Amino acid sequence: MILQCGVLFTFLALGELVVMLTGVPVPSSIIGMLALAAALKCGIVKLSQVDKFADFLVHNLGFFFVPAGIGIMRCLGLVANQWLPIVGASVVSTIVILIVTGRVHQWMRHPHLLRLRRAD
Amino acid sequence: MTFVTFVGAQYVQRRTGLRLLNPILLSIAVMVVFLTFMDIDYDTYSRGGEYIDFWLKPAVVALGVPLYRQLEAIKKQMVPLLVAEMAGCVAGVVSVVLVAEMLGASKEIVMSLAPKAVTTPIAMEISGAIGGIPSLTAAVVVCTGIFGGMTGFKIVSLARVKSPIAAGLSMGTAAHAVGTSAAIERSDRYGAFSSLGLTLNGLLTSALAPFILRLMGYSF
Repeated sequence: MILQCGVLFTFLALGELVVMLTGVPVPSSIIGMLALAAALKCGIVKLSQVDKFADFLVHNLGFFFVPAGIGIMRCLGLVANQWLPIVGASVVSTIVILIVTGRVHQWMRHPHLLRLRRAD
Repeated sequence: MTFVTFVGAQYVQRRTGLRLLNPILLSIAVMVVFLTFMDIDYDTYSRGGEYIDFWLKPAVVALGVPLYRQLEAIKKQMVPLLVAEMAGCVAGVVSVVLVAEMLGASKEIVMSLAPKAVTTPIAMEISGAIGGIPSLTAAVVVCTGIFGGMTGFKIVSLARVKSPIAAGLSMGTAAHAVGTSAAIERSDRYGAFSSLGLTLNGLLTSALAPFILRLMGYSF
């Protein structure tokens, strides 16, 4: 378990390093995530070396957002005078993204299109 | 210090007790009420909250594992995934800007809202770059995530999106990591494509948002 934890933190540190050296505007954790998937693929890290702890963290992911959410209460004053556009735009746009992404992906995978592609 | 740890422990308990409905929203609501009621200010709380915050980054790194498990499927569907992601990204930025304008938001607010679908650090970065208010963006990002996480699967199924891959991808695209945490509760497969969605949308939005906003007549 300790070892598994160490592997995750190694990849996080790797992500931090990449961000520090290149200054890319991508969070270190995302780089770490991609690097971990790549390392698993190349066999540098074995699945059995990370899976238990990773699964534990991933399945409790929501919990780790609670403090950030509580941080919102500090911003409530800022939101108060323009809450309608903020809430309205966020809600509508979230629904739009959900539907567009899902439908487009499904449409691209439609049997009819797949047949066309195979015919090429 | 002991007290702060106590608060932390208590809300672990609270969270496990209230797993039904949306655990994130519930624990936030309960905690906000609790903190207000007990007259604890945010700074005191955040000293304890940091211990939980600390695990957020390794938890995102851990998403590499489900991602790896779906790698074959991702490779096979590279084109549809990318096209869907592109469409979702553009639709997201355009729709949030249009609706915000319609409802009379100031330019600063519009800019803060534009990157709201992507994960907090990327969103704050974009927001700052285009002249928004990063802290407002952060708050909206979290709210969006919670809203998307709660309602996402319902909306997607109402839109008759049936494939788990498409649904997972949508969740990550629209509601970043909070959506992913909801997706992972369904299955690893949903979760993997959701984390793919959050990654791709993060990268795409940071690349495209300034461009889209210029096309929509904003300068910064």
